[in-house]
Amino acid sequence: MKGKDNVLLQVRNLSKTFNSFQAVKSVSFELYPGEILGLLGPNGAGKTTIIHMLLGLTSPTSGEIRIFGMNPLKSREREKILNRMNFSSTYVAMPYSLTLRESLTVFAGLYGVKEARARISYLIEQFDLKDVADRPVRTLSSGQMTRLNLAKAFINQPEVMLLDEPTASLDPDIADRTRSYLLEMKQTKKMAILYTSHNMQEMEEISDRLLFLHHGEIIARGTPEELVSRFKGQDLEDVFLKVAREVRP
Amino acid sequence: MKWHRISAMFLRHIYLYRHSLTRLVEIFYWPLLDLLVWGFVSLYITRLSGNGEATPNFLGIFLGALILWDILFRSQQGISVSFLEEVWARNFLNLFVSPLTIGEYLVSLMLVAVFKVVVVFLISALLAWVLYSFNLFMIGIYLIPFILSLVILGWAIGILTTGLILRFGQQAEVLAWGVAFLFQPISAVFYPVSVLPKFLQKLALVIPASYVFEGMRAIVFGRTFPADKLLKAFGLNVIYLGLALVFFFRMFKQVRARGLLAKMGE
Repeated sequence: MKGKDNVLLQVRNLSKTFNSFQAVKSVSFELYPGEILGLLGPNGAGKTTIIHMLLGLTSPTSGEIRIFGMNPLKSREREKILNRMNFSSTYVAMPYSLTLRESLTVFAGLYGVKEARARISYLIEQFDLKDVADRPVRTLSSGQMTRLNLAKAFINQPEVMLLDEPTASLDPDIADRTRSYLLEMKQTKKMAILYTSHNMQEMEEISDRLLFLHHGEIIARGTPEELVSRFKGQDLEDVFLKVAREVRP
Repeated sequence: MKWHRISAMFLRHIYLYRHSLTRLVEIFYWPLLDLLVWGFVSLYITRLSGNGEATPNFLGIFLGALILWDILFRSQQGISVSFLEEVWARNFLNLFVSPLTIGEYLVSLMLVAVFKVVVVFLISALLAWVLYSFNLFMIGIYLIPFILSLVILGWAIGILTTGLILRFGQQAEVLAWGVAFLFQPISAVFYPVSVLPKFLQKLALVIPASYVFEGMRAIVFGRTFPADKLLKAFGLNVIYLGLALVFFFRMFKQVRARGLLAKMGE
C-alpha cells in the first residue's frame, strides 16, 4: 500500500559530483514496505554510488535522503536508521580468520540482536551454511561467502534491505533459493528491498518497479512490463542493451 | 632460467616504487633511523667511559627501555594494524554500514591496544626476569604512570596513522609500522636527552615518551624522578590525543565526501 505516510525511504534530487565528474544527477524515488525496487543500469551508471549515499558512506553533493523519516547524514539518526536497515554486496567480505559463526556473532553484537544464538542458527540453516559454520571464513568458496554476507544482512531482521548484486557469484540453485527467500521476506515481513543486479532475468522476476539509470540519471521508471513495452524490447535484457547503447524511448 | 622473466619481475617492483612515495621513502627511512638511534647510543657509551664514571647498569637501561618502547609500539599497532585487518579482510564496509559509530570503533581499537600491551608487557617482563634476572618491577609505583603515558602516546600515534591510511589508502599502510619509530631517536629511549644535539633536545621536550625514558633511567640509577615532569608528559599526551582525534574525524569526513570510504572497503 503506497502513500506518503508509509514511505520507508525517500530520495529527493540527490546528486553526487566527484571533482568534475557527476556520478549521480538529481535522482528522486521512494521505497515502500513490501516492495522490491530494482536499480538497473550499465557499469558506472551510479547505482552503487546511490546505495553508498543511502548508507551514509558517501556524502551527497546536494539533495535529500529520508529513511524512516530520518536523515542518514546526521550521526544520531544514522545510528537509528542502520539498526533497522542492512546491506549486502558481493564485493565485501568478512574477517578471514574468524569462523562463520564467530563472524555472525560479532555482527549480532553490533546490531544488538536479542537471542543472538538462535538467530544465527536460523540464518545458518536458512542459507545452507551448516556444514561450514565452524570453518574459518578464509576457507569458504565465493558462493559461501556471498551467502554469509546475506546471512549477515538478515541478522537484525531489517525493514529496509539494500542489496548490491547479491547473487553475482551464486550458482543458479542457490541464487534461486536466495530470490525465493527475499520474496518470502517481502511478503511475510513487508521488507522493502532496493536491489541492483546485472542479471536481467532476475530483475524481471523479482522487481515490482525498476529505475533505469544511465550516466547518473534516471531515464526511465516503471514495472518491468512497462519498461519492456516503452523501449519496444523483447525482454528486459533487450531493453538494457538498448539503453547501454544510448537508445532513448 | 630466462632473463626476460627475471627482468619482468624486477621491473614489476621498480614500477611499484615509481608509483608509491611511501615505499620509496621507506628505503631511506629505516637505515636513517637505525643510524640515528645507534649513533646516539654509541655516543652515550663513549661519553660514559670517557668520564671515568662507574659502569652503569646497562642491562637495566637497555632491557627496561626496550620493554617500555614495545608498550608504545604495541599500543600504536593495536589501533592501526587492527584497522588494517578490516581493510585486508574487505570487512570495512560491513562495519560502517552497521550502527557502529566511529567513536565506538575508536574506543574498541583503544581497548584492543590495551589488551595487546598487557599481554606483551607481562611476557616481556617475565622473559627478562627468567633470561637476564632483570626485574622491571624495580621501577616500582612509577611503572604505572610510565606505562599509561606510553599507551596514550601510542593511541595518539595510532589514530594519526589510521587517519592517514584512511585518506591515502592502502599505499600508506607502511606507516602503520614506521611512524612510531620516527619518534624513537628524539624520545631518548636508549640514551639520555643530553646526548642529543641541542636542536633535538628542544624537540625531545615536547615528546612525552622522552620524560618516561628519562624517568626510567633515573630510577634504574637510583635517583628520584620529579613528578612535575611526569605531569608535563601527561599534559602533552592529552594534547596529542586530542589533536589526533580531530585529525582523524576530519579525514573521515573528507573520505566520506570523496567516496573513498566505500572504495577502501571493497
